[in-house]
This record gives sequence, C-alpha cells and structure tokens, in this order.
Amino acid sequence: MPDTFVEVQNVAKRWNGQLGVEGVSLSIPRGSFVALLGPSGCGKSTTLRLLSGLELPDEGRIIIDGKDVTTAAPSERNLSMVFQSYALFPHLSVAENVVFGLKVRRVPAAERREKLKRALEITGLLGYEARKPGALSGGQRQRVALARAIVANQPLCLMDEPLSNLDAKLRASVRKDIKKLQLDLGITVVYVTHDQTEAMSMADHVVLMRDGRIQQSGAPEDLYYRPANTFVAEFVGAPPMALIDSAMLPGFERATMIGLRAESLRLAEAGKGRLKCRVSECEFLGSETFVGLTHPGARGLTISMPGLRHIPAGENLEIDFADEDLHFFDAEGNRLRHPNGVTV
Amino acid sequence: MAQHVNIERRRQAIYGWLLLSPAAILLTAFAFYPSLATLWTSLFSRETRRKPSEFVGTENYADLFTDPTFWKVVTNNLIYAGATIPVSIAIALGMALWANSKIPARGFVRTAYFTPTVLPMIAAANLWLFFYTPGLGVLDQIGALFGLPSVNWLGQPETALWAVIIVTIWKEAGFFMIFYLAALQTIPEDLKEAADIEGASRLTYTRRIVLPLLMPTTLFIMVNALINSVKLIDHLFILTKGGPNDASKLILYYIWEMAFAFFDAPQAAAMTILILLVLGVVAGVKFTILDKRTHYQ
Repeated sequence: MPDTFVEVQNVAKRWNGQLGVEGVSLSIPRGSFVALLGPSGCGKSTTLRLLSGLELPDEGRIIIDGKDVTTAAPSERNLSMVFQSYALFPHLSVAENVVFGLKVRRVPAAERREKLKRALEITGLLGYEARKPGALSGGQRQRVALARAIVANQPLCLMDEPLSNLDAKLRASVRKDIKKLQLDLGITVVYVTHDQTEAMSMADHVVLMRDGRIQQSGAPEDLYYRPANTFVAEFVGAPPMALIDSAMLPGFERATMIGLRAESLRLAEAGKGRLKCRVSECEFLGSETFVGLTHPGARGLTISMPGLRHIPAGENLEIDFADEDLHFFDAEGNRLRHPNGVTV
Repeated sequence: MAQHVNIERRRQAIYGWLLLSPAAILLTAFAFYPSLATLWTSLFSRETRRKPSEFVGTENYADLFTDPTFWKVVTNNLIYAGATIPVSIAIALGMALWANSKIPARGFVRTAYFTPTVLPMIAAANLWLFFYTPGLGVLDQIGALFGLPSVNWLGQPETALWAVIIVTIWKEAGFFMIFYLAALQTIPEDLKEAADIEGASRLTYTRRIVLPLLMPTTLFIMVNALINSVKLIDHLFILTKGGPNDASKLILYYIWEMAFAFFDAPQAAAMTILILLVLGVVAGVKFTILDKRTHYQ
C-alpha cells in the first residue's frame, strides 16, 4: 500500500449558494502524478485552489504530508504552483523571477545562485537570466514558471493547465519534459487539465470531474476500459466511446445504453453487419482514417480504418462488433457490473 | 513599377501630415508662438509714456535676481512643491491601495476620496476659508473644545504657506488616487497568488511587485504634480492673496501681480521664461533618467 501524501476528505466549496465543488475525496500517494480532468466549470481548478490554500473549503478536511492544512496559509503547505497564465512578475528578469521565493525565505545569496543555475539548467533557460518575461516566447515563459516551481524544491507541485497557452507541437514536447521532471525530482504533481489526451498520457491517476463532483477516479486504463458512467465514456478517448440505444441491439434489454469504442468496430459485408449506418464524414490522420457514422439510435459512432480512406458522405455502411467489447449502462447512465454477454 | 511606389509613399506622407496638422496648428498658435513672443518681450524694457520700449538684453533677468521678493517667492514655491508633491502622491497611493482592497462600501470610499477633485479650486478655497477663519472656523471650534487658543492660520507668516499647502494636497490626492486605482486594476490577481504561494508577506508583495509595477503611473503623476505646484494658484486669490508679507506668495501669483497689478510685462515675461526653463529641465531629467528604470508593460 503506497503511503498517502495528500488526503482530501469530503471537501465542499460553494459561492453564494452556487456550487463550486461538493463531496470531493481524494487520496494521492507520494510521488504520483494526478490529473484533475473535466470540462470547464467542472470544479477541477477549484479543487486545485483548495489544495493550494488560495481558497478555503466550506466543509471537509485537507491533509498534506500528515498535517491538517485545511485552513493553513498557502505558504505553510510546502507546495509550489504553476499558473495557467504563468503569473510571472513582468518587471523582474528571469533570474529574479525564479529566485523570488528564495529571497522571500531569506536563502543566502550563494545558495540562491546555486539553485538558480540548477533550475535554469533543468529547464534549458541558461543564457536567458537577464531577459524580462516580455522578451520571451510563450514556451520560454512556461519554462520560467516551471523553473520557479522547481527552485522552491517543494515535495508537492500544483499545475493549473500549464500547457493551454502553448501551440500543439510545443505542448507535446513540454508534456514529456514535465513528466520526466516529475520522475527525476520524485515530486508529487497535481495537474489540472481539460485535455483528456494530456491527462491520459501523463498521469498515473486521473480524476474526472463534472459539476463539482468526481465522476471517476482511477488509473488512465480504468477510465478507458471501465468507464463508470456514460459521461466518462463520452469524455475519455479520442474518439470517445459511441453510445447506442439498447433497443437497437436485441438481447441486451437490461441495459439502457451500450458503449462501443472505435477500435472495436469492423466493417461488415452488406447484409451481414449488426448495425446499418450512414457515413457522415472522414477524418484523415495519416496512419488511420476516422470515419464518422450516423445511426438513428446511436451517437458518436466512429470507425477507425487503416491508412487513407475516402468514403463519400451519405454512403451506407454496415458494421460488426464482438459482444465482449460492449459496455453497458443503466438508465441513470451508470455502468452495469456483470452484463458481459448476459441476456435477460 | 517604381513610380507607383513613389506615388504611394508621397500619398502616405501627405496623409500623415494631414493627421498631424490640427495638433500642430493649435500647439503652434497657443503654445510655441506665445513662448517665443514671451522670450522676445523679456528682452525689452518696460514701455512708459515717456520712455518707449527698447532692447535691454538680459537686464530684466538681472533685475529679477536682485529682487528679494523674487527670491522669497522662489523659496516659497520650492517649499510648496517639496511638500505637496511627495505628500499628495503618498496619500494618493495609500488611499488607492486601501480603496482597491476588498473592503465594504468600496464604491462609497472611492467616491468620497474623489470628491475634492470634482470641486473647482475656488469653491474648495472658500470651503477651507471656512475651516481656517479665526474664531468662527471649524479648526478653531474644535481647538476651543480642548481649550486651545484661537489661531489665525492664514493671517500669520509662519502658518499661511502651510495652510495653503494643505489645501493643495487635499485637492490633489484624490485626483492622483484615480490614476493609481486604474493602474492597480491592471495588475493581474494571480501575481498576488504566486507571491502568496512563495510566502511573501503583504508588505513584501507591495514593495517588490506592486510599487515597481506602479512606477510608470508614479512618474506620470510626479510630472503632473510638479506642473500643478507651479500652476495651481487659484486658491491664493481667495485665501491669502500671497500675504501676509509675501509669506504665501508663489511664482505664478507673482507673475500675475507683475503683469496685471504692476503692469510690468517684461519682468513677468522674464519670470515666465525662467519657469519654462526649469520645468523643461526637470521634465527632461524625469523622462530620460527615471524612464530607464521604469518597467512599461
């Protein structure tokens, strides 16, 4: 059993009666990478701010490293934070930005120089010490924000959508850098994102939220292969899971909705498929083509085909799939535990 | 090919000059030409019925430098500037920081602080006349409650200038506060949060982050306060008329007296030129030296 580093117990935060987060409980092992995932307004940033101490919870307890910090000031929680906007001080140079916290904590100058050099080395910013943030590119600013978090040498680092202001190519490379940094430094990272690819590829543990509540919390593969409800099914994965009305498939009347991933679909010869669909669009990605399908009793149906495919929109296709690839959900959208091929 | 580029360039130049011309014409007519005319006038002697005006070179300036009243007025103005500029800026900054924090009735506080700015200087001076009047004034009434003797704040040389200075500070601080408030609102909230996480105290945050980011505003306000310390004399007409015994007389008031009470236009012109010179030098220093140390976003 891994030792718990951060423990969130039944935390709630409301603004003027409006919901912020409700009943959030989390247990984060030391040295793990946890992603808080969800659409905007789901409460993931609020959860992070509650952890950081920038907001205080209305209910519940927060324990970091065995210490109850529910009402402690941010600086007493031994954590660093990377902001979405980076929150760099615009009038200070890169070096001054990075060592700001060390100066505040009265770290001696020699030690400051040492730590600064190391942090700039790790983030590849050597040579930029004297630049002001305004003279840096978006990616460099992001690295300054990272360097500021590294130099603090805190065991817990909170990141609030740190990649959302970068272009797609840079995002992929910084993603790897952050992951490597977390492993090298052995720190615990709580990472907020709305991008499921980011969460799935970086995190050991993904917490998917909606409307201030946790929908599912588990390893990326749990969320992908065993979505707890239809929301998780439709949020996780690219393309997300398709949902089919159970009335369309005879033999599964106990479930209301049936989920199906793109990679489980196969093309079938005319007359031999289990569903008759109409092609709506083709999305060419290089190694494969996603063909979007419409069916009156299903939504989000996509079939993945190798290589380049051009299928005119409006053409009819028949698809086939195996029963063991199906996911079953009840009327509330919750996953059914033992529906595997079971007919009622 | 080259020809249409040339035509286009000329068209752009004409367009640019057309855009510049309204400001250029107005400034020339009402600022540059009068300044030059003043310089010209200051080089001639005063015209009387018996003696026509004649070129005297720097004689008007030499006269000024031997005039004890001139030096008295210059000293007064230096004290006036030296007190009103830093004090009004400090109060404005304090009020802005307070009115920008999360306090109840924030709108009311802001409005209250801004009210003196809305009042015309003459009205403000009349208000303060009521405060300062010996016997009847609010200050004396309050003093009497504690058994203090009546003081004629405006009527004695030791206190007259300071009484005038206080009115100016009261008038200006609210105005400068608005600039600081606007500047404070451009500082992103997350800078404070980042500083909080690093464990910076409120004081450290203000000193290391807020004040440097307010520097452009401070510079702008300093130039304005400096100009006002020379040009804001309306209240002298109501409060002291420069007295008693020139104790509260400021340069611009003296220039006005010189020109329209003593009808010595050349002397007034010479003083005006000196002011222009000093203000020009100070503004130059501010915009070159201080600008380099200021972060603009």
